[in-house]
Amino acid sequence: MKIDNSTVDKLADLAKLEFDAESKKEIVKDLSRVLDFVGKLNELDTENVEPLVYMTDETNVLRKDEVVQEITQQDALRNAPKKDSDYIIVPKVLQSNPEV
Amino acid sequence: MTIADVQAAINSGSSSCVTIVDRYLKEIAKQSHLNTFLEVFEVDAKVQAKEIDQKMQNGSAGKLAGCVIAIKDNICYKDHRVSASSKILEGFESLYSSTVVDHLLKEDAIIIGRLNCDEFAMGSSNENSAFGNVLNPINNENVPGGSSGGAAAAVKAGLCHAALGTDTGGSIRQPASLCDVVGFKPTYGRVSRHGIIAYASSFDQVGPITTSVEDTALIMEVIAGKDGWDSTASSREVPKYSKLLESAGTSRKIGYLTDCLEATGLDTEIKEGLMGQIKSLKDAGHQVEPVGFPYLEYLVPAYYVLTTAEASSNLARYDGIHYGYRSGHNDSLDTTYKASRTEGFGTEVKRRIMLGTFVLSAGYFDAYYSKAQKVRRIIQDETTKILNQYEFILLPTTPRTAPAIGENVNDPIAMYLEDIFTVQANLAGLPAISLPLGKHSNGLPFGIQLIGNKFEEAALLSFSKEIYQN
Repeated sequence: MKIDNSTVDKLADLAKLEFDAESKKEIVKDLSRVLDFVGKLNELDTENVEPLVYMTDETNVLRKDEVVQEITQQDALRNAPKKDSDYIIVPKVLQSNPEV
Repeated sequence: MTIADVQAAINSGSSSCVTIVDRYLKEIAKQSHLNTFLEVFEVDAKVQAKEIDQKMQNGSAGKLAGCVIAIKDNICYKDHRVSASSKILEGFESLYSSTVVDHLLKEDAIIIGRLNCDEFAMGSSNENSAFGNVLNPINNENVPGGSSGGAAAAVKAGLCHAALGTDTGGSIRQPASLCDVVGFKPTYGRVSRHGIIAYASSFDQVGPITTSVEDTALIMEVIAGKDGWDSTASSREVPKYSKLLESAGTSRKIGYLTDCLEATGLDTEIKEGLMGQIKSLKDAGHQVEPVGFPYLEYLVPAYYVLTTAEASSNLARYDGIHYGYRSGHNDSLDTTYKASRTEGFGTEVKRRIMLGTFVLSAGYFDAYYSKAQKVRRIIQDETTKILNQYEFILLPTTPRTAPAIGENVNDPIAMYLEDIFTVQANLAGLPAISLPLGKHSNGLPFGIQLIGNKFEEAALLSFSKEIYQN
């Protein structure tokens, strides 16, 4: 499977990553190689084989529907890279549009 | 020396938790060049040591009193830093303890620090850590293996009594083999994953790295069990593994995988070591037979499709907003996400996120992801078939001894193939152990691996003890 620059751009956007010119060359090469490597799986006949999705034998593991206070607001803010006393500060989400 | 030996020494008055902790702290400082510890919890460990000495005098101490444990840097411990060896979590402090840490503390284990590993447990050499690679204590020119490289190296170097690692595709057993210690991966679901930084959730398991099967059994007995915080954790009762280790005289039926022993990449001395072990097992009255498993070449490809897919989802949470690293390039939300992730993640992590995103993306999902899930079913079924006939599967842990530092860093596929013998147990969700087996003429150690039946940890451990008598 050949991966090109535009596929990498699309994937990078989905994965919220960026690759500069140099690292893009590397990732194009690495992805193509790894996909060739995993392409090996096509040799196996999987007709009528159900995908294996769940690894646990447990079924319907439910807890009681009770409200539990797990952490405080202060705890939740503790690791935020940017915050004030009550909120996590994020970059501006709504941009002003001069045409409106 | 086992945990029981340590406890006997403390009870006889010839040792104490305080002196043991001091000794380890000195040793950690002396061997800091190995780069095994990312952080030493010196103050906490000393406080714990005093308290536990008191408890031992009162006769109220837990099962792991006297045992000094270090934890891989992807296992959360309340109010302590944890980073998965990634820059993206630098400075992050956990708000809660993982279930395994709670269990350890309840039984009075002393937690002495957190251990270097491959970033987000992705790697087989510990060279993918954002905080530098770890040296193999047996030969400092070589890697310790990975991803629990710091854990295996610390235990071998005598910097802690035991360690907890995590194993997604061999990350406990492979470094254990390369560092000459015992590494155990439980059945999927035997140990809670709550508070473990997720890599691939249908593969990850926590397990001990130790110097004896006795310690492995005791630690497993403490950390295993159902958990309200992890719905994939099994509700089956946890046997008292440490009391079930005697099995002398039991004749076992063991199958060894000829496809592994005939594999082209397998070192000839490791093969000879295994054949020698097979012969001595036969001499001891066990039934050891060759078994075919013609799926060896498909294991690592299936593993990479599935784990990278799961990783791409699990690692979506690192967005630079709620916790962890945020880039200075943050003029919009999208740039914040992209710049924080791009600057925060290392090369291998980005490579796996990209592959995972690809195999899950529209148009490729069926061809790669569903296909790999079907192959996983075949691998599980075929492995179970063998285990219906034999109690254990015997195979090498690694194809060769520890690679030199830097040897594989530019070749992802060569690095991936280091896990060729260990991923089978994770794909099938089965318990497996690596035991020290021999020493290569190059001076480096290698291990032997046993895979057991689902939730048959007790049998696997008792047979392991028979093989590995210290």
